Amino acid sequence: MGYTCRTITYPREDALLTTSLAGVPLRNPLVLASGIIGTSATLLRRAATLGAGAVTAKSAGPVPRIGHVNPICFDWGEGLINAVGLPNPGAAHEAALLAEARELLQGSETALIASIFAGTPDEFAQSAETVLRAKPDILEVNISCPNVHDDFGEPFAASCAGAASVAAAVKPVCDAAGVPMFIKVAPNVPNIGRIAADAIAAGGVGITAINTMPGMVIDIESGRPILTNRSGGVSGPAIKPIAVRAIYEIRQTLPDVPIIGTGGVNTGADAIELLMAGATAVGVGSALYYRGLDAMTQIGEEMVAWMQAHGVRQLSEVQNRAHQ
Amino acid sequence: MPTNSLPRLIPRPEGAFAAAPRPVRIARIVQENYRIRSYLLAETMPHAYPGQFVMAWLPGIGEKPFSMAGNAPIKLTLAAVGKFSEAVHTLDEGETLWIRGPFGRGFSIEGERPLLVGGGYGAAPIAWLAETLWRRGKQPVVVLGGRTADDIFGTEPFDRMGIPVVVTTEDGSQGEAGRVTAPVERLLATEVADSLCAVGPHGMLKALEAAALAHRIPAQLSWEAFMGCAIGLCGMCEHEDGSLLCVEGPVLDVATRNEMR
Repeated sequence: MGYTCRTITYPREDALLTTSLAGVPLRNPLVLASGIIGTSATLLRRAATLGAGAVTAKSAGPVPRIGHVNPICFDWGEGLINAVGLPNPGAAHEAALLAEARELLQGSETALIASIFAGTPDEFAQSAETVLRAKPDILEVNISCPNVHDDFGEPFAASCAGAASVAAAVKPVCDAAGVPMFIKVAPNVPNIGRIAADAIAAGGVGITAINTMPGMVIDIESGRPILTNRSGGVSGPAIKPIAVRAIYEIRQTLPDVPIIGTGGVNTGADAIELLMAGATAVGVGSALYYRGLDAMTQIGEEMVAWMQAHGVRQLSEVQNRAHQ
Repeated sequence: MPTNSLPRLIPRPEGAFAAAPRPVRIARIVQENYRIRSYLLAETMPHAYPGQFVMAWLPGIGEKPFSMAGNAPIKLTLAAVGKFSEAVHTLDEGETLWIRGPFGRGFSIEGERPLLVGGGYGAAPIAWLAETLWRRGKQPVVVLGGRTADDIFGTEPFDRMGIPVVVTTEDGSQGEAGRVTAPVERLLATEVADSLCAVGPHGMLKALEAAALAHRIPAQLSWEAFMGCAIGLCGMCEHEDGSLLCVEGPVLDVATRNEMR
């Protein structure tokens, strides 16, 4: 099925956005970012009905965690900042949640991405083994949460060796389950390309870039940081240029590796920009606040409109364009 | 995929308090009863409407959601039931409370004779709703419920506006003995009311939901939940029907809830 526009035959509108991520077919490249409403199977399905091509569950660790006390997240004017503190039910319960989500997502053509964090490479491997029982399409390994420093020390994403140690530990588990492993990297490092490359060399299949950018907001009336955790991760429009540069650098280092580019995407134009920087798919998070819960539907429609206006017939025509 | 689970979208928060928590001076404190106080703040939130909530922050203590009991000035009514509200109860007039908001979807029902039901400190937002509707020329009828006479507060404004109030107490120490459901049933059966709005504990809302469905009247209920981010991202306030209460609630339509099951 096609229709004609400016004498060129286009694919159907909804086919314009199809892509694939490490062999996983996606009806569109928009990925619900981890930590955004992905706390239950019903909310993950909700995100699918709201336009996601893939949905990422909230990161789970080896054991249940309560997370930080409020305030955990707010709009500071030019972006959002959060330190939720990775509350989660633990990997075993998470596996059940993911299995339920998988059921609910049947027929939605929406891929399911599990996400894990842990304090040691071995615990990463254990958590991976547990959540992979639910057979998600992709496993995202969060080595870059900026908000649990007191519990877990410096993120593994801070160094090449740290990133590689986690990837190497989780690789056999992912290989056995046949699930591709994406490593979620941090923006606040001197060479994100080299860290991503070492994570891939150690067994990662793809990269998610970027996690939130560490930041702090102080209330000057009380003289106190507003977040209970004091520091948090900055997201939203403020970090888009940081994400674009990070994705660009990773793509320079790793020409053929799938990248979920995430950071400050609020519009179809933002998503196109990240694709041009080198993203294969595009994470969406804070936009659910800025544009509403149906942000991904709006972003997808805006991408289609842009592609039609520019004579673009498939995403591969824009992916990596900034590298040409 | 079901299309009936599409969100009832609301615009994101606007105004002077829409972003980070902002300090506001407490202008006046009213002791409503033995455990409930109202805090009248030194600023207004002109675009806020009944049923919406704010997040109140005390540095070093925490941040909690509170249903608004007024917007000009901003009014919060709370019982000391936990660490945060106990800390608020130690504050004096002239001290500071930090707030952000208004958040969520409040009451929007358009009945001519709305029945407004407040359980416990739910009486405070119901009083604001009653006054708002009364000013628009509606004829609200109010039912307030509490455990004992000591729990009932805030009936004077209704008397001043000439709004009929039925009080129920579980021990019969004031008004009708029992829960709000009996007078609600009576008022709906006799068609005194054509619509229903309520704020109160979960069990009360479940009973009123059943009553509204049985009488086939439009109803909106304000559900309580733990709020994390309050801006639709963290997922912590997911309601039993899948709604995100911080942005799609806390006021939900009974009919909509029913469709979504």
